[in-house]
Amino acid sequence: MENRPLEYDYTVAKLFMYNAIFVGVAGMLAGVILAWQMAFPQFNYILGVNFAEYTNFGRLRAIHTDSVIYGFVLSAVWSSWYYIGQRVLKVSMAESKLLMFVGKAHFWIYMAASVIIVIGLQLGITSSKEYSEFEWPIDAGIVIVWVLWGISIFGLIGIRREKSLYISIWYFIATFLAVAMLHIFNNAEIPTYFASGGIGAWYHSVSMYAGTNDALVQWWFGHNAVAFVLTTPIIAMIYYFLPKESGQAVYSYKLSLLAFWGLMFVYLWAGGHHLLFSTVPDWMQTMGSVFSVVLILPSWGSAVNMLLTMRGEWQQVATSPLIKFMVMASTFYMFSTLEGPIQAIKSVNALAHFTDWIIGHVHDGALGWVGFMVIAAIFHMAPRIFKREIYSRSLMSTQFWIQTLGVILYFTSMWIAGITQGMMWRAHDEYGNLAYSFIDTVVVLHPYFTIRAVGGTLYLVGMFMFAYNMYKTMTSSRVIEESELQNATPMGA
Amino acid sequence: MFHWLEKNPFFFAVAVFVVIAFAGLVEILPNFAQASRPVVGAKPYSTLELTGRLVYIKNNCNGCHSQLIRPFKSETDRYGHYSLSGEYAYDRPFLWGSKRTGPDLMRVGNYRTTDWHENHMKDPAAVVPGSIMPAYTWLYKNIADVDTAYAEQLTVQKFFAVPYNKELPMADGSKVTVALADTLEGARASALEEAKVVAADMKDQSVKDAVAAGNVPEIVALIAYLNRLK
Repeated sequence: MENRPLEYDYTVAKLFMYNAIFVGVAGMLAGVILAWQMAFPQFNYILGVNFAEYTNFGRLRAIHTDSVIYGFVLSAVWSSWYYIGQRVLKVSMAESKLLMFVGKAHFWIYMAASVIIVIGLQLGITSSKEYSEFEWPIDAGIVIVWVLWGISIFGLIGIRREKSLYISIWYFIATFLAVAMLHIFNNAEIPTYFASGGIGAWYHSVSMYAGTNDALVQWWFGHNAVAFVLTTPIIAMIYYFLPKESGQAVYSYKLSLLAFWGLMFVYLWAGGHHLLFSTVPDWMQTMGSVFSVVLILPSWGSAVNMLLTMRGEWQQVATSPLIKFMVMASTFYMFSTLEGPIQAIKSVNALAHFTDWIIGHVHDGALGWVGFMVIAAIFHMAPRIFKREIYSRSLMSTQFWIQTLGVILYFTSMWIAGITQGMMWRAHDEYGNLAYSFIDTVVVLHPYFTIRAVGGTLYLVGMFMFAYNMYKTMTSSRVIEESELQNATPMGA
Repeated sequence: MFHWLEKNPFFFAVAVFVVIAFAGLVEILPNFAQASRPVVGAKPYSTLELTGRLVYIKNNCNGCHSQLIRPFKSETDRYGHYSLSGEYAYDRPFLWGSKRTGPDLMRVGNYRTTDWHENHMKDPAAVVPGSIMPAYTWLYKNIADVDTAYAEQLTVQKFFAVPYNKELPMADGSKVTVALADTLEGARASALEEAKVVAADMKDQSVKDAVAAGNVPEIVALIAYLNRLK
């Protein structure tokens, strides 16, 4: 099946893959610590009271979110780009010294920025904007990293042999353009040190927008950062890896067209659903709500297209743990993109906003869809990059079930927690007074926070199994022949 | 058309960009002119209050506390009048938050005191049994960064015409002027004056000593900020 006239160069894909695995474990470890902190506050002092400034929930939270989004996921996205890009464009990185240099610079500048970000967040240097906490020097660094990736994309496209761009490339291009736009507008800020003639901290800045406007721009960014970091590049990955791994053609080209252009148009409108019942104008809130519901169509378009790609080949789900990961990812994508629009309906949002149900929604998408797809992509790429079979199929399979159980515990407990708290906040007694004080609504959540922490811990255990399996795959599993690299990824027992 | 686009990456990229940028143009830009007009009663932050706001941001208080009261009876009963857009006119960045692990703080100055905050931040569970908020003991030791707050004040005055040193109408008909010092020394001195007022209501001896020695511990700045949230 795989007729390859070219030898592709995976130097950069490897670098990003190592980082994805490392930060995946580290970032989720931070998340698990946070989860235990909410169930048992003593975990805020995990390194003693004297270090609580650096280990408390507030400081760790951004380290968790940013490292899993921009460390784990983005690294995996870029690893996939440096793998898929060459293959679907039928051109090797080795053919261009410039592109190879750009690829390496992309990785190393990104790594340098990542280290500075973690240190900065630990010290409390933050702009406060969710998923965009970085101060202006880092924001400038991110622009450089992004431009380098852009050169890589359009450079490789420029020297391609295959003239028609495969679906995955559409999504990579969209990711590149949208995040560039969002990042620049959301981080429009003035460095105070220079504006005031050299007073105070040199890295501090103040937002160009105030109050309601700032909120509007932030959630236009925040919602679409989710779209264009955690959705579009992941769709790029599944459109390549699922057909490859299963040996099936994509079910429908027309459906992929509809889903792509639909997603591009609709997604950007939906940010307003983060601001329902806030002080942004009502019509904007309604638009956010309506477009969120419309968003089900293009989202399910991609997911259905992927599931139907498996038509007639469903026995592969039973036999291959790698296919299991991808089919489960698609299923969670459908699930999460139905749940999101439900939460965006105004009457539901009135209950759900500010509660843990939102956290549950984020994680069934992030762990079930994004996490599983990233894991599947790395499992698929590794044998083709390192020319060794996957070290252990049974370990992969065990990982799948442990992590699936972890995700289920996570979102079910957060549903109950969120809806319970939302109902208690609004409950009035027979005289029309509030029925519960705020602390009542916190204490009641303890069992659900504990279940969530257990679920998160299970997922993390799966990540350690994954890291071990990958380590063995890269270093000591059986070396394979080129002829073994057909569709299904070769795996040891 | 789509087949053609897929063979022409430049036009493909342009088409994608137009499609994704469209929503932002229609939805976000038109609102900019009116949404940042202050309501009567809104006033810019003083040097110490803004210093405290930076402490609030540094410790990610907004990760667990919202500052947005939605127009529901259950919320106005619990937190006070629902939020108005113009109340946020001087908030850069906005601090609405997205999660209420703890209660909303938009008007916390109306119902909590310096004394309450001092005890609570040291050991939240001792003040509110069952609380899962960690103790913020380092706030009592760290010295706050007044200079950066002053730099921010100068910046917003210069670039966004924030009305420092100008008479502003209050809701009760009175006038208030928020002073901004001409020099860094002057700003430090005025922040210290504000800090003395807060510290007078506090019991922690090391905090009182620090203020007497001319320093502003982070907790003092933070409380000054929380007290003004009304």
